[in-house]
Order: sequence, then structure tokens, then C-alpha cells
Amino acid sequence: MRAFKLPKIGSFRLGLGLALLAIFVILGLILPWFAPTNPLTWYKAPRNQGASFAHLLGTTNLGQDIFWLLTWALHNSLILGLTVAFFSTLIGVFAGLAAGYSGGWIDRILSFFMDALLCIPSLPILILLAALFGGQLSLPLVGVALVLFNWPYPARQVRAVALTMREREFINVAWFSGEPRYKILGRHIFPYIAGWSAANFINTVLVGIATETSLAVIGLSSAQQATIGTMIYWALKYQALLAQRYLWVGAPVLAIVLMFISLFLISSGLAIRSAARRIG
Amino acid sequence: MRLLGQIATRLISYVLVIAFGLTVVFFVPRFAPNDPVEAMLAQVSSQGAYMDAAQADALRASLTDAFGLKGSMLTQYWNFIKRIVLTGDFGPSLAMYPTPVSQLIAQALPWTFGLLLSSTLIAWVLGNFVGLWAGWRPNRASSRIMEGLAIIVYPIPYYILALVLSILFSYIWPIFPLTASVHGAPWSFAFIRSVIWNSFLPALSIVLVVFGWWVISVKAQTTQLAEEEFVRYSRLKGLGDGRILTRYILPNAILPQITFLALQIGLMFNGAIVTEILFEYPGLGHLIYTAVIQGDYNLLMGTISLSIVAVATATMIIDLTYPLLDPRIRAR
Repeated sequence: MRAFKLPKIGSFRLGLGLALLAIFVILGLILPWFAPTNPLTWYKAPRNQGASFAHLLGTTNLGQDIFWLLTWALHNSLILGLTVAFFSTLIGVFAGLAAGYSGGWIDRILSFFMDALLCIPSLPILILLAALFGGQLSLPLVGVALVLFNWPYPARQVRAVALTMREREFINVAWFSGEPRYKILGRHIFPYIAGWSAANFINTVLVGIATETSLAVIGLSSAQQATIGTMIYWALKYQALLAQRYLWVGAPVLAIVLMFISLFLISSGLAIRSAARRIG
Repeated sequence: MRLLGQIATRLISYVLVIAFGLTVVFFVPRFAPNDPVEAMLAQVSSQGAYMDAAQADALRASLTDAFGLKGSMLTQYWNFIKRIVLTGDFGPSLAMYPTPVSQLIAQALPWTFGLLLSSTLIAWVLGNFVGLWAGWRPNRASSRIMEGLAIIVYPIPYYILALVLSILFSYIWPIFPLTASVHGAPWSFAFIRSVIWNSFLPALSIVLVVFGWWVISVKAQTTQLAEEEFVRYSRLKGLGDGRILTRYILPNAILPQITFLALQIGLMFNGAIVTEILFEYPGLGHLIYTAVIQGDYNLLMGTISLSIVAVATATMIIDLTYPLLDPRIRAR
């Protein structure tokens, strides 16, 4: 009964999340190419306009169109999150498989690094880096640091799955019938890991964007590039709240909230689905 | 005996994790392109102070000494570890000279600790209560609304929620202060009231997010446990809902939460840093920010080393409470 009900909830969450995410993919990955001018340039539009047909979300204190600025911010944040998630998942799956499948010393050393990195709060280290790079970290550098801190999450999960798989009957059968190790990993173990890895991938996109945003909100990410965080930073810096220009702050805040809800729905939907598959 | 072995293993890994973290903190500045001493000198001369070459050299030498950058890499490393582990001394703060860094940290720590501890506890109690109810009666409208709310709130980072709350309650409907400013004699009624008043919005932002997670996970646990044999048996025995929930389901639902909390404490600390900076709340996060803005190298190294020790310690304490709460592990 329950195994029947779970995938239904999972599919509903997955569908809703994907539909929401589709909006952000259109806004962030397709629309920026249609921006009339570089939205970062100052005084291309009249300053401090409200929402109108010409400027859908109004303009900033610096004469930037908020709508087009937002599409660029979404673009950079999404690309950063996707890149970080891609490399973290790649490293994580390999490290997790290596640790779980080979065991012994390799497992002990890799597990120590996973646990240690999980215990260390990443933001203070990023702040330290930013301070030493003159108060600003470029996006590629933020990305590399985020990958270093985020691969242990998928790695731990993959290791746990690989550990239980090693004892399963059909793996032994494959082993004794002379299948090479890479084929066992690729053909028999990987399908079990794929669902969890997808859920983890989406979750890492979320964590990556969230960490860059937190760094940017306090002004330590690359302030010259538009990300959701730097947009909030500049709005706060130019006292958009005191001046009651709520669109300038509200647009990136609402965008990131909706984006995170959609990513969470997708990742928990995927997790519920692969849990159900493992039961059934 | 086995339990003692587990505790010993955990303590060893705690020491190793801290050593690893401090090593990272030690080596990051040494591989960064900017020399903190030169940065400080540039800052001094950019503020209009004129120095001839001899003066600049003298200042360079004393800064190198104050920052613990004298000698070979190995002596520096040894001194760095010795300073933190044995004496807890990070040298004087340069922005607030000559106040020692350790004193500044000691002033800030209770604020961060109080904020995180109280909001996590409140969120935990509320989340368990609502999560149990929602899992026990999953088809009621109230349960569905609560779960929907939790799913919406949980993925939002604390500082974004903090920002939204401050827009709503400090700008649009100004009933709470925008930045923290505490007054009154220490530990008087007025002081405590002002602390609560000023911490309300930062705490609420943390409470809401953590609450969201507990509701989601406790509800999932409870629906699963409610179908177990022992719950059905206790119901047939004629026990009331309240007793079944608190004595039979709750203890089983709590265990996975502890593992989760241990994994999340670092992320919670990350969030608290930004929340503190946004509200100018006088905790450790705000101190880290002050250090960055003022270019205070000693304060920066001190606060960041301490964050790592604090998070690792909190994780270890949570891990060690696990056997206390799970009789199965103790009995083995």
C-alpha cells in the first residue's frame, strides 16, 4: 500500500518542481541572449522607475533595467550552481565507489576526508579566502572552493549504497562469472546509485547557489558580475529599502526563494522515488 | 567496553578533524597572492600617514612578528597550533588595538551560542510536536497545510528569510528594530527584555527554517512508525493517542534526527554568520565581518579557527549523545 503511495507523492513533487524550474531555465539560460543592452551598464535607462511596459520590473538607482539585470543574475547563479554540482557529483560518485567497493585503507582515508570536510564550516574559509584576495572572489574561484566542500555529501551516500551492494547475490554471480570490475560497477551498481546521485546533484545546485549568494550578500563575491547575491548586495548598499524601492530587492529575493523551492521539490521527489524503487 | 571503544574512536577523529581544519586555515593565507603584512602597510599609507623607508621596515618587522609570520614555515605552523591549542591566544586585534583577540571573541561567543541554541531548541520542540501530529493524522487539512508550509519554508536560506522578515517588520510595518542595540545594566530585567527584543527577528528566521525541516522529517518517520506492529498492539491494548505518540513513536522518531543535526550544524553556522551580519547582531559572525572589513588579520585568523573548533565540538557532542538515547547501542 505504502510502496504504491510513495511514488505518487514523489512524482507530484517532481512535476511541480520541474515546471517551476523550467521558468527559471527560460529566464536565466535563454532570455539573457535577448537583452537589448548589457544590463550592468549604468544610466542606460532612466533612474528609479516603477514597473512599466518599457521596464517590466522598473529600474535601479543606477539606471539599470531590473528585469534584464535579473535574467543575467539568474544566468550566472544557475551556471555556477550547475558547474559546482556537476564536478562535486562526479568526484563524489568516484570517491564513494572507490571507498565503498574497495574497502580497507582506501576506504578509511577517503572516509576521514569526507567526515572532516563535513565538519568544517565552509563559509568562514570562503570569507578568509575572499579577505586574502582583496575582499573579492571571482566566480571561478568560488566554484572551485565550493566543489572542494561539496563532494563529500554524494560520496558518503554512494559509499553507503556501494557497501550494501557488495554483499548482494547478483554482484557475486557477476564476479564469479568473470565480469571485469569496471563492468560490475558500471552495469550493476551504477543504476542503483543513479537515482540518489540525481537527487544529490540537484541539492548541490541549491547549496552552491546559496553559498555564493551568502558570500555576495555581504559583499565578498565578485561585485562586478551580476548574480542574485550581488543584486541584493547593491540594492541594500544603495538603500533601496529606506527609499522604499522594494522591486529592486524584492525581485532577486523572490526569484531565489522560488528557485530554491523548485530545486528542493525536485531533489526530494527524486529521493522518494529511488527509496520506493529500493523497497519494491 | 564496546561503547568506550566507540567514544575513544570518536574523540580521536575529533582531534584529527580539528588538526585538519586548522591546517587548512594555516595554509590558505600562505598560498594566497596577497601578503597580509603588505596589505596592512598599504592600508596605513593610504590613510595618509607618511613613512620613510626605515620606519616602514620597522613597521613591517613588527607586523610580521604580530601576525606570527616570522621564521620558517615549520616554526610558524608549530607556533600557530601552539597558540590556539595551548594558550588560546591570537595576539592583539589591530583594528581595536590593544584589545586581545581572545577577549573580543569571548564577548561575541555567548551571543552566537545563545542565538543558535535557543532558536534550534524552540524549532525542535515545535517541529516535533507538529510533525508528530501531521504524521499521526496525515489526511487532516491542518496536517496538509503544515506540511505544505514546511516544504515552502525549509529550502529558503536563513539570511534570505531574515531579509524578508526585516523588510516586512522593520521597514513596511516597523515593529522590530532594524539593527541590534542592547541597553540596560547586565542581567537586569530591562537588559534581558532588550536582548530578546533585539534577537527576535534573527532567531525567528532560524526557527522557521529548522522548524520546516523537523516537520518534514518527523512526519515521514511517524507515518512509517504508525504502521508498525508494536503501535497497533499498543492501540489494541487501549492506550490513548497521547501516550502512544510520546512513549512509543517519539523515541523512535528522534534517533534519525540526531544524525541529521550532526551533519547540519556546519551549514547552520554558515547561515547564522550572514544573519548576524545583516542584523548587525554582536556575535561571532559579525566579528568575522568586522575583521574582513578592517583588514584585521589576527582577528580574522582567530575567529575562523574558533569557528572550526566550535562546529567540530558541537558535532562531536551531538554524536556522543546518540548512544545515550539509543538503548540498543548501549546494550550491545
